[in-house]
Formats: sequence, C-alpha cells, structure tokens
Amino acid sequence: MTTTIFFQQLTNGISLGSLYALVAIGYTMVYGILRLINFAHGDLLMVAAYTAIYAVTMFTLPWYLSFPLAIALTGCIGILLDRVAYKPLRDAPRISLLISAIGASFLLENLALVIIGGVPKGFPRPDIFAKVIEILGVRIQVLTIYIPLMTLVFLMALLYIVYRTKVGKAMRAASKDIETTRLMGINVDRIIALTFLMGSSLAAAGGIMWAMKYPQVNPFMGVIPGLKAFIAAVLGGIGNIIGAVVGGFALGLGEILLVAFFPQLAQYRDAFAFVILILVLLFRPTGIMGEPITDKT
Amino acid sequence: MNDFFRLESLVMQFGGLTAVNDFSISIEPGELVGLIGPNGAGKTTVFNMITGFLTPTSGRVLWQGEDITGLPVHQITARGIARTFQNIRLFTDMTVLENVMVSFHHKIRSRFWKAMLGMPSHGREEQRIREEAYGFLQELNLAHLADEKAGSLAYGQQRRLEIARALATYPKLLLLDEPAAGMNPQETMELAGLVREIRKRHGLTIFLIEHDMKFVMGLCERIKVLDYGISIAEGTPEEIQTNPDVIKAYLGEPKHA
Amino acid sequence: MTWKGKDMDTSKRNLYCNLAALCLLALVLYLFDRHGTEYQIRILNNMAVFITLAVSYNLVNGMCGLLHLGPNAFITIGAYTSALLTMSPMEKQMSFIIEPLIWPFSVLQAPFFVSLIAGGVMATIFAFLISFPVFRVRGDYLAIVTLGFGEVIRVLCNALQGVTNGPLGLKGLQPYTNLWWSWGVAVFTVLVITKLVNSSFGRAMKAIREDEIAAKAMGVDPFRHLLLAFLVSAFFSGVAGGLMAHLITTISPTLFTFFLTFNLLIIIVVGGLGSTTGAVIGAALFAWGGEALRVVESPMDLGVFTIPGIPGMRMVLFSVILMVVILFARRGIMGRNEFSWDWLFSKLGLNAK
Ligand SMILES: Nc1ncnc2c1ncn2[C@@H]1O[C@H](COP(=O)(O)OP(=O)(O)O)[C@@H](O)[C@H]1O
Ligand SMILES: [Mg+2]
Repeated sequence: MTTTIFFQQLTNGISLGSLYALVAIGYTMVYGILRLINFAHGDLLMVAAYTAIYAVTMFTLPWYLSFPLAIALTGCIGILLDRVAYKPLRDAPRISLLISAIGASFLLENLALVIIGGVPKGFPRPDIFAKVIEILGVRIQVLTIYIPLMTLVFLMALLYIVYRTKVGKAMRAASKDIETTRLMGINVDRIIALTFLMGSSLAAAGGIMWAMKYPQVNPFMGVIPGLKAFIAAVLGGIGNIIGAVVGGFALGLGEILLVAFFPQLAQYRDAFAFVILILVLLFRPTGIMGEPITDKT
Repeated sequence: MNDFFRLESLVMQFGGLTAVNDFSISIEPGELVGLIGPNGAGKTTVFNMITGFLTPTSGRVLWQGEDITGLPVHQITARGIARTFQNIRLFTDMTVLENVMVSFHHKIRSRFWKAMLGMPSHGREEQRIREEAYGFLQELNLAHLADEKAGSLAYGQQRRLEIARALATYPKLLLLDEPAAGMNPQETMELAGLVREIRKRHGLTIFLIEHDMKFVMGLCERIKVLDYGISIAEGTPEEIQTNPDVIKAYLGEPKHA
Repeated sequence: MTWKGKDMDTSKRNLYCNLAALCLLALVLYLFDRHGTEYQIRILNNMAVFITLAVSYNLVNGMCGLLHLGPNAFITIGAYTSALLTMSPMEKQMSFIIEPLIWPFSVLQAPFFVSLIAGGVMATIFAFLISFPVFRVRGDYLAIVTLGFGEVIRVLCNALQGVTNGPLGLKGLQPYTNLWWSWGVAVFTVLVITKLVNSSFGRAMKAIREDEIAAKAMGVDPFRHLLLAFLVSAFFSGVAGGLMAHLITTISPTLFTFFLTFNLLIIIVVGGLGSTTGAVIGAALFAWGGEALRVVESPMDLGVFTIPGIPGMRMVLFSVILMVVILFARRGIMGRNEFSWDWLFSKLGLNAK
C-alpha cells in the first residue's frame, strides 16, 4: 500500500470514527441516566437525513437553514420518543423497557417505509462539501476533513454544557444516582428530557453528515451505524462521554484499516464490530474506560 | 483456634473506602454469635465476604479446614453456609412453597434430561422435595400460606420465609442479616424463640447481625462489635453492655468527659 | 400431616385429558391433510413452526428473564445444516456454482429426521460456543451480544460461500415438512419444555429470573442453568429452522434477519412473557393474523379504483401492537399463568371432589 492511499484511508477512518463518536455519545448519555440501550437512537440518523432532504427539496431552504432545522426537529423527536416509549415504563422491569425500545425502533423504520417508500433517495449534498482538495499530494474530499472538525465543535459544546454549567452538573449527578438527585429537589424529568434532546441532536448531526458521506438515504440506514455506535460506547465504557468518543474513533479507524490492510476481509466488515464487542465483554466487561460493576446485596 | 469456622484478617476496600479492616473471628460448632455496630459499620460486608458475594481485598475465610475465600456463592452454599438478606430478597412471583423448594435444587440427583422426559425417578424426587419443603414451612408457621405468592406475604412472614429458605439448603452455619428488622416487639420476641428452636433442632451454628439490642443481648452467647470497619470489642453480652468503647461508638464521643 | 400431592384420580384424569387432546389434534390434522386447501395447510404448518420457535424462545426470555435477541442465528444454523444434509451430492454440486461446497457436506446425505436432529445439534454447539461471552453479562449487554451474534451469522452466511452458497442461498429443497412433521415437533417441544419448566431445573431458572443474587445464595449456579435454557432453546430453534427450510424449500441469508427475532419477541410478549401457554397462543395468532394481514400490503381493488399495496404496513401494525401491549398490558394474554385441566374443570364447575 502506498503512503498516499494509507493517508487517504486514515482520513476516511477518522471521519467514520467521528460519526460513530457523535452517535455513541447519545447512547452513552441516555444509558448513563436511564440504564437503557435506546435501540431507536440509530434510527434518528435516518429521521434527520430525511428531514434535511425534505427541507431542501420540498421547502427549498438553503442547506445552512435546513440542516440546523433537521437537527432541532430530530432533537424534539428524541424527547417525544422518551415521553411515549420510555417514560411510562420508568418503574417497570428492565426487559419491558428494552422491548419498548426495540418496538419504537421498528416503528420508526417501518413508518418511514410506509410514508416515504423503500427506494433509496439521494442526498442533496451542498457543493462546498463535495470539493476535492490536495494536501501533500493526497487527494481528499473536503467533507472528510469537515466531519471531524464539526464533531470537534459539537463535542466541545457538549463538554462545556456537561462540565461547566449548572444543568450539566445536574445531569452528571443524575447519571450517578438518579434517586438521590431527585431527593435533592432537582427536576429529574427535565434533566432526562434534556439528555434526550442533546443526544438526539448529536445523532441528527451525525446522520446528516453520514448522508453526505454515503448519499443513499433509506428507512433502514440508521440500523448498522446505530449498532456500531453502541458498540463504540460499550468499548469506551458506557456512561462515559469521553470513552464514547475514544471508542468511536477506535472502531471507525479499526474498521477502515482492517479493510485497507486485508482487502480479502472486506465482506466481514460488518461483523468486525461485534467480534470486538464479544472480545471486550470476555476480557473487560466494563469497557476500556468504565468503572467496575458490583453486585449490591 | 478451631477448624470449624474462622475469618482471618479480612479486609474489604471499595475504591478509597475501607469498609472492613482486619476482621478476625473464630466460631465454635453450635455457638450463637452476634455482630453489632452502627449503620454502615461493615457488618453486611463481612457476610458478603463469607458467602462469596465479595472477594476480600485480603484475608481468608476458613471453613471446616478448607480455604473457601473467593469461591463462587453457590459453591459456598453447597458446603453448608446459608444466609438471609437484610433487605428481603424473596422470589416474589413464585409461591411460598416454591421459594423453599429452590433451596433443594443444589442437591438434586436427577439429570436435566430425566426431568425433560418426565422420568418417574425425577417425579419421585420432586415429590420428596415438596414434602420436605413443606416441613420447613410448618416449622416456621408458614404452612397455611404454601400456595400464596411470596410477594403477597406480610412483612414478618417474609422474614420468616427467608429463614425457611436458608434452612432448606441444610446449612451447618446460618448467617442472619438483621432478621428482626421491621418487626414489632411481639414478633421480635417470637423470632428469638424461633431462632433458639431451629438451632437446637438442626444443630446449627448461628452468626447474626441485629440492631435490636434486647434481641441480641438475650439471644447471643458472644458478641462482636464493629465500628467503621474495625472490630472494637468482643465478649459476652454483659461485657459488651459495659464496655466504654462500645458505648462511645453507639452514643458518640461524650462532650466534656 | 404431610403435604399431599395431586391425588391419583386427578392425575389420571389429566393424563386421559392429555391423550384425548392429542387424539383430537391428530384427527384435525388428518382432516386438513386430506381435505384442507393449500392456504390452510400453509397456515397450519407455519403455526406449528412458530409454536416450536416461540415456546423455546420463551424458555430463555420468559422463564429466565433474559433478553436474548439472537434466535434467528440458531434458526439459520439449523436451516442450513438440515438443508445441506437432505440435498443430494449431485444437487449440491450443481447449486454451488461460485465456490464448491466444502467436504464433508459435499458428500454427506441424510434422511430428513436425521437432518433435523443435526440442525438442532449444530445450533446447540454454536450456542455453547457463544455462551461464555453471553453469560458474562446481563440485561442490555446480553441483548446486544446476542443480537450481534445474529448479525455475525448473517454476515457469515453471505461470506462463506463454500458452506452456504452465499447470497444465492440453497434452492430446490424437498418439501419434506408436512403437517405431521411440523406438529409432531411442536407437540414434542411443548411437552418437553413444559416438563423442564415444571421441574426443579425450571424452578431454579425462575428463581434466577426473580432474583439472581438470592438464587445464588440458595445454591443455584446461574451459569449452568441459564446455559441449560439457552442450549435447549437453541436446539429446538435449530430443529425448527430445519422444518422451515423444508417448508419454504428455498433458503437464503435474507430469510433469517433480525425481523424473525422481532416477530418471535412480539409473539411471546403478546402471549405473556413466561407462559408456555401464552407462547402457543401468541404463535397461533401470529401465524393466522400474519397471513390475514397480508391484505394491507397487497393492492386493494375497490371496483372503481385500486388502492396500491403499502409495503411495511404489517410491520407498522406489529410494532404498534408490541408497544401497546408493553405499555398498557404488560402481562400480555396469559401473564405467567398456564393452562391446566384443573383450571378448566374448576371453571366448568366439574372438579372431581
Ligand atoms: N458493593 C459495594 N460497593 C461500594 N461500597 C460498598 C459496597 N457494599 C458496601 N459498601 C460500603 O461499605 C460500608 C459498609 O456497608 P455495610 O457492610 O452494608 O454496613 P452495615 O451492614 O454495617 O450497615 C458502607 O459505607 C457502604 O456504603
Ligand atoms: Mg447491613
């Protein structure tokens, strides 16, 4: 492999990793507070991508309005999801909550299928992202560079909110011990809604960038990225935001480089993440940066 | 030093917190020993280390001449140490009788495929288990509730069912974690009688945690006191009641001594 | 006084009732086999296969309280193993055009019954291999590992062309699965799993479901019992996979996606998680309702104009049903209750004594 191709693959891996990271953050935040795998989280990628498409094509909005609009709307759908599918089950057995999450995921996918149809739609990628530039003789699509940069911006904003604001402090408290936080007089329901809003918005941003990178939008486009982002979150130690980012990058880079170095393994690419997951759970069930779990008796 | 049951310098650390520090005790067969101390002193943690729920940071649990430190919980139970839980942990959606029958499972002789094919030998074993389990319910005055769901019992009955379930594993050493918690004085008195009775009938050795001083002092032959993970006293009920360190631990530092 | 089990009369009565019910089932099957339409026979076959699948899936999810999301993996393994064994070496040589089938599958051929058992055994072996990472974790993690295993098997099905023929799949299988086979397996599965659940082993599984910590303290080894449930479930899922393969006669990786698991989940949730009776009822409803609901996806001719079929509509309905049940009627149809003759007779006011 030439160094040029290697660098191309490296940038590819980094931008794929940033997308996983963006989506993984949402999983990790929701898990931190509700101890729930939000199975429908991946489908928010699809919701955001379609919303952006319709904003651009139907309402002929410019992309710099459509994309934020799609992100905001998806954030609200995240809150709605919690209200409808999870909130009524706060005191129910965990298995019910998970089943509800799976149901919500299938509902979103199949509603999209019914309303929009299964034929993949192209994504109206703004021209400024499609440009190809040359850095040190390596030809790279600018999108590949923008994606990690945008991720960085979102991440900084998120970390600021979580670690430097009062709301963020409440969020961190709730993910340590939700009951005590409630007793301290904090409106936990508001915190949970906010968590869904933030996690879903990040997933939406990820979804739009995903659709620009792989411009084929269909009702099931969120399933595989969603699963992989979840694995990234587990890899980093679930509940840990930085861990989710690290896990996302590790997984994205790992996948791309695996295929780059061993092209004959390309068809196994989608299994790679799960094999990693199984290995992690075998040897370090709490992930790379997670804290050990103990049984309380 | 005996060979029956001995804890050697048990230490349990959770992150930076040392919940139990250098805890040792030796218990003779047939003894009834109490473990007392303020909330959060580390008493339940000691039980968790004995029964395998926690692996001590250091130290050893010796049982009938064997080092059982860090064995899986179910293997420790199979070796004859049973426990009850401070916050009741029944199989709430199963019947009272089934709750007790679960305890017989670790000694079952039938193989699973015999059960699946409905072989008569498994049927006979089931019937025997059912009868013996019913016997334990009678012993703890729960027989009339055999077919009720465990979750529907009154609080005192649930506590007794916990004991019945532990007894049904046929232990030699029984650990009771606050068996009288939440009981009224009348129930507590009856419980004390019950504990004496089961000890005699089954030849048990009992190690129990309890906050109700009247209960502990009236029942136990020897008492150990824990405070902030450290053992501060050991002796007969009389000795403990007059021990200044114990009084200090329970009442706090006297203001102007 | 000692505790009395069921007295002899009642247990004898129950035995006769069971035999009578089996004879009745046999009679019904005979009549349909002789006089039923192709459509009716297909529904009955599907019903039996789904009963087998749902009852064995419920053993893990309902009785042990785990959220296992990978039964589709075991169904796939059973289906491929069984199909590869019933195809003749000639047929296999002709189907595997991209890459030849590996030895020993290329030369082996076995009767249908043996192939079903082999499918079950192969599924059990895979279940055993995956069990170590699976049972290191619980709850959501277990759900995602088992789901991941299903995905891995799907990827392998597409990639390992020398075993599975890749995306082309296996075609032209003999339609061995008839009403006798499918219902025979279903009845056997229900009987065996009911026996297991009502035994000391089943009690241990339920104890783990109710409170794993307490179960351990009472001497129950969680790993052994969860493994037992997982392996038994995988075995019957594998056998059912073999039945499915020889019912549809064409199998390919797209047949066994997570959709299949989702359908099974709906069945056991609607029937009542933790009730074998519920799983049977759920499966029967699903096999019948699933066919009946096909109308919503096919074009409707209203004489004057035609409403085009809406693909995905059935899945929307199923997802809504699942969510409504879990949100508003969590216990499903049966809760954790089981059908029993005692119950029926006391309902009818006919209790012996
Ligand atoms: N699994 C655990 N993880 C972390 N800390 C624990 C754990 N179990 C107990 N502790 C801590 O150890 C201390 C002793 O607890 P415990 O043994 O339950 O006290 P007691 O039974 O005497 O009231 C407490 O501060 C408690 O918070
Ligand atoms: Mg305690």
